[in-house]
Amino acid sequence: MSAALIAQVALGGLLMGLVYAVVAAGLTLIFGLMDVVNFAHGALLMVAMYATLLIHRATGLDPLLQLPLVALLLFIAGVAIYRGLIARTLAVRVNAGMVQIFVTFGLSIFLVGAAEFLFGSDFQSINNTLLGGRTFALNGIILPLPLVVSGIVALLVFLALALLSRTEFGRALEATREDHEAVALIGIDRDRVFGIGWGIGTASVGIAGVMLANFYYIAPDVGTNFALIAYITVALGGFGSMFGALVAGLIIGLTEALTALFIDPALKQIGIFVIYLAVLMVRPRGLFGRL
Amino acid sequence: MGEPLLEIRGISKSFGSVAANVDIGFAVAAGEILGLIGPNGAGKSSLFNIIAGEIAPDRGEIRFAGQEIAGIGAVACARLGIGRTFQVVRSFDSMTVLENVMVGAFLRARRSAAAMARAGEVIEFCGLTTRRDVPAHSLSPPEKRRLEIARALATRPRLLLLDEMLTGLTPTEAQAGMRLVRDIRAQGITIIMVEHVMEVLLPLIDRAVVLNLGRKLLEGAPAEIVRHPEVIRAYLGDRYGG
Amino acid sequence: MAGAVRGTLVARRRRELWLGIVVLVVLAALPFGVGNAYLRGLIVLTLLYAGLSQAWNILGGYCGQISLGHALYFGIGAYTSTLLFTRLGISPLLGMFAGGGLAGFAAFLVGLPCFRLSGHYYAIATLVIGMMAALLAANWDFINAAQGITIPFHGESWANLAFRTAILPFHYVMLAYAALIWFVAWLIEGSRWGFFWRAVKDDVAAARSLGVSIYPSKLAAAAISGAATGIGGALYAQYIGFIDPDSTLDLSLSVLIALPAVVGGIGTLWGPLLGAAVLIPVQQLSVAWLGSAAGGIDLMVYGALIMALALARPEGLVSFFHIRASRGATGHG
Repeated sequence: MSAALIAQVALGGLLMGLVYAVVAAGLTLIFGLMDVVNFAHGALLMVAMYATLLIHRATGLDPLLQLPLVALLLFIAGVAIYRGLIARTLAVRVNAGMVQIFVTFGLSIFLVGAAEFLFGSDFQSINNTLLGGRTFALNGIILPLPLVVSGIVALLVFLALALLSRTEFGRALEATREDHEAVALIGIDRDRVFGIGWGIGTASVGIAGVMLANFYYIAPDVGTNFALIAYITVALGGFGSMFGALVAGLIIGLTEALTALFIDPALKQIGIFVIYLAVLMVRPRGLFGRL
Repeated sequence: MGEPLLEIRGISKSFGSVAANVDIGFAVAAGEILGLIGPNGAGKSSLFNIIAGEIAPDRGEIRFAGQEIAGIGAVACARLGIGRTFQVVRSFDSMTVLENVMVGAFLRARRSAAAMARAGEVIEFCGLTTRRDVPAHSLSPPEKRRLEIARALATRPRLLLLDEMLTGLTPTEAQAGMRLVRDIRAQGITIIMVEHVMEVLLPLIDRAVVLNLGRKLLEGAPAEIVRHPEVIRAYLGDRYGG
Repeated sequence: MAGAVRGTLVARRRRELWLGIVVLVVLAALPFGVGNAYLRGLIVLTLLYAGLSQAWNILGGYCGQISLGHALYFGIGAYTSTLLFTRLGISPLLGMFAGGGLAGFAAFLVGLPCFRLSGHYYAIATLVIGMMAALLAANWDFINAAQGITIPFHGESWANLAFRTAILPFHYVMLAYAALIWFVAWLIEGSRWGFFWRAVKDDVAAARSLGVSIYPSKLAAAAISGAATGIGGALYAQYIGFIDPDSTLDLSLSVLIALPAVVGGIGTLWGPLLGAAVLIPVQQLSVAWLGSAAGGIDLMVYGALIMALALARPEGLVSFFHIRASRGATGHG
């Protein structure tokens, strides 16, 4: 096994890890803001991928150029989900945690069913994209270009999220997460902040969806596995920690790739599971968790 | 006084770089009502939780009924006979008042009939009989404080720690609360009360320990405490300094 | 006075027990009113899930530890009794208890590290351990890996708990299972442990202050819950006649075990049965009626139902039946 191969697999794993991290970022943002674990996160990734596919079919617009459009669509979807479903669960006095889990879980099943109804359960993919089929070569290391660009976009998303925290809205977000009740006193509309928080969280997963649509198959249940990895990523990084999501995403991407290379591709998730459980034994709140 | 029920020696506790308690020591006689007072941030809560076993001190000894209890944990403290309430009320909200109190009674009772009988007694003692079968979450704030006391009493404690039980009550409710405290003492239970508002406590307690900035300022009878210049300064400083 | 104290709680528990007996009798008579074999099968499945979900409820509802990995205990029960039968010829009547015991022990072992975690961390850790087990099972040749195991049929027999064509015996097997786990939950509700577990669920610090040991309480609840789930797994294996990692260890099964209790009323005696009675038929019937004609609509119906029930009845379906009780109870508040 050559060093170049190992380096290539490791780099590929890290790039995939960045995509995982973006999926996890949306999840951890919503969680950190309002303590809700969104079990429809994977389904929203799937929605973004189908949206990309449909727009591509209808207009021929390349997935990469669709980024802002699909991000906006998912932002609107996120706000709508908050307004229509999540805001209602906040009024619930008993079992609020369970209600939130199962409302989002029900939404997930509904969306997967809708996709199956509309598009069938066959695997689909987008061909003839700008990035499709191209590779990126450096010192004998060859990586698929869509993966490289996805990694770059993922980093840009994290940069944007970091910048967001310095804006006025970012401060309102932070204040709301610190104390839901008190923010009303300083003129922050909690409902609006939560709604936009959901919008941003969903838009992040939308961006991940667009990038994945470049090189991954599209099917109604494609989100399940990504969501699973996102939950592990968030728990590994620490619930509510954006930086934790980034680090944990990278760890998971790398572990997955190396397990597949050195042990068995069929067991690649076992590597993730073992690392996750090992870290949790030492740090019960994940790497950077406060909650 | 003979052998004290509780004896604290050299207790220190820091949270990060903040020293919550520095070298604190005092003793509580059996049957006494001791007030633990001091302005906000004096270290009352930390000390209270150390005695209750919820927090382990960095240094120091606590002897309860002849046994060393520092750092043994809240469960062991409860078993040895230390009952407590919480500053922010903690009720078991999925249960009724009776069921809440039965949880405490089950510490000494194996069978549910015995636990139920014990719970019924303390519920009546605490004046909650009319609310016995309602869910705990539907109680008013002063009722919830009584529920906490009933729950702790059900464990048959020898020492009862009351955390700000009079805070936020109307004068009438506070009067009723003080009556309850006296009744508890009449049963032979030793009591430590934490309050940051000194005035309400003074008529009730036998002795007070005053904390300020993590240290023991002084201890003595209520009449001595109020005249002490340092106490006046600490309290006035707190009140006017914000 | 003491008599009055005993009054309410004891009377309530006695009422529950009588209601349980009435429901048991009604359910025992049910097959005689339902001739259709498909519907009878549906009822068998509903009873199985009522029992499984009650088993989950012991840990999730009473002790408040939301496990998303209960398929593991189900799978251990199913595989243990099946392997004992196919390899050693031991009757599933005994095997199901071996499977239950092993599943309970597994739940205890999973609890050892996981109960150091709180809230969502605990839920996700159980989910991961469950998935890990499923993946390992699918690659473990000793248990036929992903191909699964078919249970050989040597004729209808109560001794081997094997019935190929008759559904009726399984109706009573699953009814006995659901009734047993219901009765266990009833016993727990009135016991010292049950009180401690509910205290752990509601407020850990307050529970500790009353002398309740948190960690051992959770472990005990997990072991009982896991064992009860394992027995259900063994019965499922006998009913279907075939097991593989997909059908006995999958994450979706973990969710399906938890869901009836949540929808019906978490931490209640009747929640799991009510939830199963609504969810399992809706899910099965929508697959049967809509599934083939227009793929996906069955899932849409199912998902919409879960959303609607969770929002409309956050306390669960049992709250439909408690209207008078809760009105009286909160009359002052």
